[in-house]
Amino acid sequence: MKTFLVSLLLSFACVFPAAAAIDTYEFDTKADQERFRSLIEELRCPKCQNQNIADSDAEISLDMRDLTYRMMIEDGKTNDEIVAYLVDRYGDFVRYKPPVDKRTFLLWYGPFALLALALLILVVVVARRRKAVTALGENELSAAEQQRIQQLIEQTRENK
Amino acid sequence: MSKGRLIAVFAILLGVAAFAGMAVYGLNNDPRELPSALINKPFPEFKLNNLLVEGQTISKQDLLGKPALVNVWATWCPTCRQEHDDLNKLAKQGVTIYGVNYKDESAKAQRWLTELLNPYALNISDPKGTLGFDLGVYGAPETFLLDKQGVIRLKHVGEVNDRVWREKIGPAYEELLKQ
Repeated sequence: MKTFLVSLLLSFACVFPAAAAIDTYEFDTKADQERFRSLIEELRCPKCQNQNIADSDAEISLDMRDLTYRMMIEDGKTNDEIVAYLVDRYGDFVRYKPPVDKRTFLLWYGPFALLALALLILVVVVARRRKAVTALGENELSAAEQQRIQQLIEQTRENK
Repeated sequence: MSKGRLIAVFAILLGVAAFAGMAVYGLNNDPRELPSALINKPFPEFKLNNLLVEGQTISKQDLLGKPALVNVWATWCPTCRQEHDDLNKLAKQGVTIYGVNYKDESAKAQRWLTELLNPYALNISDPKGTLGFDLGVYGAPETFLLDKQGVIRLKHVGEVNDRVWREKIGPAYEELLKQ
């Protein structure tokens, strides 16, 4: 029980900084707040690399959050415009969802290509094995041959 | 071994080799150095105060005319202190360096330049980091190489020391001088 409570508290500790980053901004509607939250969660901090700008305390994340807020609420820009503005300055690196283009083609579709390849191999292997088994079936001995084998076996026994 | 099996073994080996190649490449790569989005793009427009001359503003036009370095620095940045002597040396060799004092207190920055000498041909004061933001700066020091038209040709994140100058920035700068 004690462990449970401690881990519960710790999990809250992980949640609060993100909430705190939003609390410094004021929103007219719940929808705006929600939109801001999801936007800063998919933007990546260039300084601290494995954090989004919602979680990061780095100066640059603070600047990026401020800018996102200003562009969104004061200038009425769309999410795409805000992301494009940041990408122009910091590169695709700031997006946790990279765009689909010729550099990221493999990243987006590589796994599906590999899956297709694996399925193809599976189909080929199964088909071959089935063919081998059927071929074996066709090679079954005829009644005459069976009889001949029996004879041979008996002969060998008698010769012992 | 059947032909099919041979192909399968070959394919697996190829996969392992590709993975190993990627791992070696990844490990030799500094993940902190991001490719700049601004390479071969014009230096952003700006209008900011001159750190050392009261009442004077500096704009992009003041940086044009010859290849130059733009060094983003601050007194709160220890690496900037480290590279300062190297910048002084470069300035003495005749390299034009413009300084962007990034998110700093002007008084502290002025004292720094008096005490440690001033390698900068112009000192741009960027207390709010607006120019820094347009330059995609995410930490100081960062150094940009501009050609004479003011197009950003190279970006270096971190200290500019002898080795970085010799291997990375210097050759590119010499190349621009010839144009």
